[in-house]
Amino acid sequence: MKKKLINFKHISKSYGDNLILDDFNLYVRENEFITLLGPSGCGKTTTLRMLGGFETPDTGRILFDGEDITNKPANERKLNTVFQKYSLFPNMTIAENIAFGLKIKKKSQSYINDKIKYALKLVNLDGYENRSVDSLSGGQQQRIAIARAIVNEPEVLLLDEPLGALDLKLRQNMQYELMRLKEELGITFLYVTHDQEEALTMSDTVVVMNQGYIQQIGTPEDIYNEPENAFVADFIGHSNIMDGIMIEDRLVEILGVKVPCVDEGFGTNKPVDVVIRPEDVELNTDMKGFMEGVITSIIFKGVHYEYDVMANGYEWLVHSTQYFEVGTKVGINVIPFNIQIMHKPESSDEKAVEIDE
Amino acid sequence: MNNLKKQLLAGPYLIWIIGFIILPMITVVLYAFTGDDGHFTLEYMKEVTLHAHMAAIGLSLQLGILTTIICLIIAYPLAMILKSFNFKHQTFVVFIFMLPMWMNFLLRIMAWKMLLAKNGIFNTFLASIGLEPLHIINTPAAVVIGMVYDYLPFMLLPIYNSMVRIKKDYIEAAQDLGAKSITVFFKIILPLTMSGIVSGIVMVFVPALTSFAVSDILGGGKILLIGNVIEQDFMQGNQWSIGSALSVVLMIFVLISMILSQIFDKDEGSVATW
Repeated sequence: MKKKLINFKHISKSYGDNLILDDFNLYVRENEFITLLGPSGCGKTTTLRMLGGFETPDTGRILFDGEDITNKPANERKLNTVFQKYSLFPNMTIAENIAFGLKIKKKSQSYINDKIKYALKLVNLDGYENRSVDSLSGGQQQRIAIARAIVNEPEVLLLDEPLGALDLKLRQNMQYELMRLKEELGITFLYVTHDQEEALTMSDTVVVMNQGYIQQIGTPEDIYNEPENAFVADFIGHSNIMDGIMIEDRLVEILGVKVPCVDEGFGTNKPVDVVIRPEDVELNTDMKGFMEGVITSIIFKGVHYEYDVMANGYEWLVHSTQYFEVGTKVGINVIPFNIQIMHKPESSDEKAVEIDE
Repeated sequence: MNNLKKQLLAGPYLIWIIGFIILPMITVVLYAFTGDDGHFTLEYMKEVTLHAHMAAIGLSLQLGILTTIICLIIAYPLAMILKSFNFKHQTFVVFIFMLPMWMNFLLRIMAWKMLLAKNGIFNTFLASIGLEPLHIINTPAAVVIGMVYDYLPFMLLPIYNSMVRIKKDYIEAAQDLGAKSITVFFKIILPLTMSGIVSGIVMVFVPALTSFAVSDILGGGKILLIGNVIEQDFMQGNQWSIGSALSVVLMIFVLISMILSQIFDKDEGSVATW
């Protein structure tokens, strides 16, 4: 295992009465692409700004490579930030922007020139040295912002929703570029976003946060396939989340119907949350399955159709490549493996899993 | 709306511009360059070079520059302090600084006359703590004090406006790249407030250069600025031609400072107007 480079220990932070983080603990390993994912106000940006040195936690310590950096000023930290709004200095050319950090470190002019060339090549903007900031598009500015950060050879690159302002196509291209950069540079990325697709595409590790609490830490596959609670399930893609009762091991009651599943150890007759992904619901006109319903709406989505199916008083969200007319009676089936059973929230910090409508 | 209607709407303003700005300026130029016989002459322009006139121009430039520098030295740190306040306090303090602007400036200058007079409030205060009285009134210093007081808001506002427009992101980005406060100031804050500084300099220097009321009241008739000379030529000496010639010279100085400000302030889009 790679060593733990960054360690957040018992961090709390509030603005006035507004508690942003409460006893937050997290470590980041060397050369890891870790993403803090959550809705706005979940504390992800505050976490990043504390690491960058722009906020101080009320309590708790931040360790960087074993050293306590909690109160170290931003300009002395061995990390660089790519800000949400790029923040290129408008009074400087592209080259001057990139050279800013290096000049402060009193590097030689030839070293700086080499670095500028190298960085511009890395972000595919060769020859932009003497352009002004205004003449660049949003995507280009963002790449310059990344170039400006990485020429300083930081051990960690912090990225605060850097792709938020870009259009879809550009965002996807930039995602691949960031992944490539991470491979080429071999440095640690701490990425903050509210976009689950971005998080799943790029990260080694995803940290799902809500209301200042970590909801789940895991690989993108873990987070998507095995959400630990209703919040994670809802936040990562759309899901059918229903109240259920765990009758016994491997048997759950959903909407009044007993359905076999693969989960064990929840006890008997326990209330639970049941999550079923829309693409895991199978529809058929032979009335096979554990429930029957009626198609109430259909939307063509390109790859698949998106259906609303009313069954036993619950409106199911279903993705299917098969076509059914609105009003068709269908059987609903889900294989046991695709039924996720989750505990209902009990303790105070778990309250944050309740989904904000 | 068709074109003709639009042009008709512009009519009143066109008449205003021609009648009250263009025509008077042409008149002044005509007076400056035509003799009694109605022919072109440079005689009056030559009179400008007389020692008394040159001295007035020199003193005007000197006091104007001094006033501008003092205003800049006061206003810039003040704008920085204001920016550091939270928004509610900012608006209030800026309001306080703007408050005197809503009173007639002659009243404000009269107040300074009372303050600085020989037996005025300032000297009474000095005497009460056992210090020698200062003879400020009727000196160039009094004129500069009056002008600084009068024109400070004109320096403060454009600088403050350009200062508050600097995004916090720029400063954080600079710190993130390793910049200490002093580097942040010289590389980020100062260049980004340059347009405000240039606006402020023009807004203070031009009126200070052409001022005559302040020097009249606080100079006690002993301080002759170019504005005072022109005023005397028109109002007392009935020498309209010489007054006009001096006005033309003054206009040239004003024009030069406007052009300089345009050159220094390259990014026109962000000129800190107010």
